[in-house]
Amino acid sequence: MAKVKGEIVVNTERCKGCQLCVPVCKENVIAMSENLNGKGYHFAQSVNDECNGCINCALVCPDGAITVYRVKLNESLKAAS
Amino acid sequence: MKDIRLMKGNEAFAEGVIRAGCDGYFGYPITPQSEVLEYLAAQRADERTGMVVLQAESEIASIHMVYGGAACGKKVLTSSSSPGISLMQEGISFLAGTELPCLLLNVVRGGPGLGTIQPSQSDYFQAVKGGGHGDYKMIVLAPASVQEMYDFAKLGFDLAFKHRIQVMILSDGAIGQMMEKVELDDQVPRMTNEEIIQKYPWTTTGKTPDRERNIITSLDLNPVRQEIINRKLQEKFKKIQETEVRFERIQCDDAEYLFVAYGSSARICQKAVMLGRARGLKIGLLRPITLFPFPSDELAKLSKQVHGILCVEMSAGQMVEDVRLSVNGAVPVEHYGRLGGIIPAPDEVLHVLEENFINETMISESAAGGERKS
Amino acid sequence: MPDTITREEICQPENMIYCRTPLLTDAPLSYCPGCGHGTAHRLIMEVIEEMNLQADTIGVAPVGCSVLAYDFLDIDMQQAAHGRAPAVATGIKRLMPDKFVFTYQGDGDLAAIGTGETIHACNRGENITIFFVNNGIYGMTGGQMAPTTLPNMKTATSPFGRDVQTMGYPLKITELIAMLPGTYFVSRQSVHTPANVRKAKKAIEKAISYQKLNKGLSFVEIVSNCNSGWKMTPLESNKWMEENMFSFFPLGDIKVPK
Repeated sequence: MAKVKGEIVVNTERCKGCQLCVPVCKENVIAMSENLNGKGYHFAQSVNDECNGCINCALVCPDGAITVYRVKLNESLKAAS
Repeated sequence: MKDIRLMKGNEAFAEGVIRAGCDGYFGYPITPQSEVLEYLAAQRADERTGMVVLQAESEIASIHMVYGGAACGKKVLTSSSSPGISLMQEGISFLAGTELPCLLLNVVRGGPGLGTIQPSQSDYFQAVKGGGHGDYKMIVLAPASVQEMYDFAKLGFDLAFKHRIQVMILSDGAIGQMMEKVELDDQVPRMTNEEIIQKYPWTTTGKTPDRERNIITSLDLNPVRQEIINRKLQEKFKKIQETEVRFERIQCDDAEYLFVAYGSSARICQKAVMLGRARGLKIGLLRPITLFPFPSDELAKLSKQVHGILCVEMSAGQMVEDVRLSVNGAVPVEHYGRLGGIIPAPDEVLHVLEENFINETMISESAAGGERKS
Repeated sequence: MPDTITREEICQPENMIYCRTPLLTDAPLSYCPGCGHGTAHRLIMEVIEEMNLQADTIGVAPVGCSVLAYDFLDIDMQQAAHGRAPAVATGIKRLMPDKFVFTYQGDGDLAAIGTGETIHACNRGENITIFFVNNGIYGMTGGQMAPTTLPNMKTATSPFGRDVQTMGYPLKITELIAMLPGTYFVSRQSVHTPANVRKAKKAIEKAISYQKLNKGLSFVEIVSNCNSGWKMTPLESNKWMEENMFSFFPLGDIKVPK
C-alpha cells in the first residue's frame, strides 16, 4: 500500500496572515508564525510532518503563497534504494 | 470616371467612413444624425468591407465600445448629437487618458438640455476646451460642406492614428441634413490584425511570448508619474498646435474687415462677403477648419491688416473667446450669434458687421476730419 | 531500508503538485488579507493557462477593488470606466471575434452604475464571459452600501443597516440576467472552502469553453467576502458569508445549457 507524504512551502513574504489555510488542513499542519514578515504579517508555516499533500490550503490561499509537494512514500523509497 | 453623387451630409460622412477602411461603428439614434447609422445599416457595410455596425443601448455604451475597439488598434467611431455627446464625455475622457485614436461626430443641435433639433454651434466649448474631466484636448474638425463631411472621415482617422488622439468632427444639423454633390474616393482596404500588430505594437491583441503584456489604462496613483503622463499629453497637444492647423482664407488678401466663422456660419459669411464686396466693401472671411488646433497665428497676422473682426456663430459667443485671445486686443472683435436653432441670414450678418465697424468708422472719420480711426 | 523521507527530498520540482500559476505576475496582490479576489484571479488564470489561452485573451478590468487587476494578470488588459466593462468587452469581441474576452467586475460596477451595460451585453448574447465578484459592499471606496448589500446590513452609508423601505432591496442581478435569452451559462459560486474553489474552477472552465464554442454570454458570479468592509477577521467574514449571504444568494448553477 502506497503511503502518501506531502509538504508545503509557504512564500512567507507573499503571505498576508489571513489564516484561511489553517482550518482547512485536516492534519493541523499549519499554524501562524510568531515572527512577522516584511509587510508585518504573522505568516503561515508548517508545524508538523503530517501533511498528506491534499492541497486544500493552497486552494483557499488568496495570495497563492503555498506550493504543495507530494510523494508516494513506498515508490519513492523504492526508487531511491 | 469620377464617382460623384448627391448626398446628405450625414450619409456622405457614413460613406466616407466605409471608404476610409473603418473597422467598427457603435452608435445610438438621435436627431439630427440618425442617418449615419441608418446609412451604414442600409449599405450592408458589414458585407461591403466586413466593418462592424452595432446599435448600442446608449451613447455611454457606444463610446465605451469605441474604447474597447480602439484599444485593439481598430479604426472605430461613434456619432451623435449634442445631448448624446454630453453623455459620452466620460468615455471621451478615458479615451484621452489612454491616448486611444478614434473618430467622433457631433451633428450639433441647440441646447441646453433637450433644447431643439435645429442646428446650432453651441457645443464649441465642449469640443474644444475639453468637455470631460481632466486636462486634455481633441483635434476638432469643422466641416462646412457635404464634401467635407465625406473628406473628414478619412482625414479624421488619419490624424487620430498619426497622433494617437480622438478626432471630433464638429458639424451641425444644417450640414448634416443638407444635400450637395460629393466626389467619392476609392475604397481603402481595412487593416488586417497582423498589420495592426506590426504598426501599433501598443494594442491589446493578446500577449504573445515575444513581448510583455499590453495594458490600456488611464490610472496611475503615483502623482509623480501622473504628472509625467500629463506633461507628455500636453507636449502632444503643443505639437499638434504647431503642425496641424487648418483654415481657409476667403478674400482675405485685401480685406479691411473680417468675418471669422466655421461650419454653417462660414457659409453664411461667405455669402455676406460676396454681398459686401458687390457694394465695394473690402470684407474677408477666415474659416477655421481645425477648431483645435485653432488658427491663432493666422488671426494674429490678419489683426494687423483689418480694422475689425466679427465672429459669427450660432451660439451666445464661444469661439469669439479664442478669436480675442488670438488677436490679443490688436483690433476690435465683436460677436454676433443666433440661438435656439436659428440660422442667421447673409444680409443680417453683413448688416451687423457694417453697424459695428464700418458705419462707426465713417462717422468717426468725418468727425476727425477724414483721418481714419486706427 | 529507511522508513522516512526528508522535507528536502519531498520538496523537489518533480514532486510539486500545486503552485501559483505563472500567468499571475510577481506583483503582490493589493487586496486585503483573506479577500476572495485573489483566489478568483488565480482560478481564472489557472484555466487560461490550462487551456493555453494567454495569447488569445483580452481582459477588461473594472473600477473598484480590482481596478488594478492588470497588475496581477499576465495578459493583455484594458481598464474600463466604472460599470462600462461589458460595453468595452463588446467593442473588443465584435472586432476581435477570435479572441477570448472577459470582464472582471464587482457588485457596484456591474449591478449599480453598469446595470445597463450588463443587461444589454447579456441580452445581445455577446460572446464574452463576465466574472462577477459580489461581496455586498463597496470595498475600494471604504465600505459603502452596494446594490447587493443585504437588508439591515450595516455599511458606511447605511450605518444603521440597509432599510429597504428607503434604500431599496438588494439586486439579484444574476437571476435577472439568467432570464435573458442571450445568456448561455449562468452560475453562482464561492471560493472560501477547498470544495467551493474546485466547483468555482469548474464553472470558470465551462464559461470559457462556451465562449470558445461561440455560445453567447457566460456569467459566473462569485459570492465573496469583504472582511475590511464588514469589519471582521477573514475567517469570521467567511462564516458570516455562509450564514447570511448564501441564503439570499444561493450557490449553484442558475442557467445551464439544455
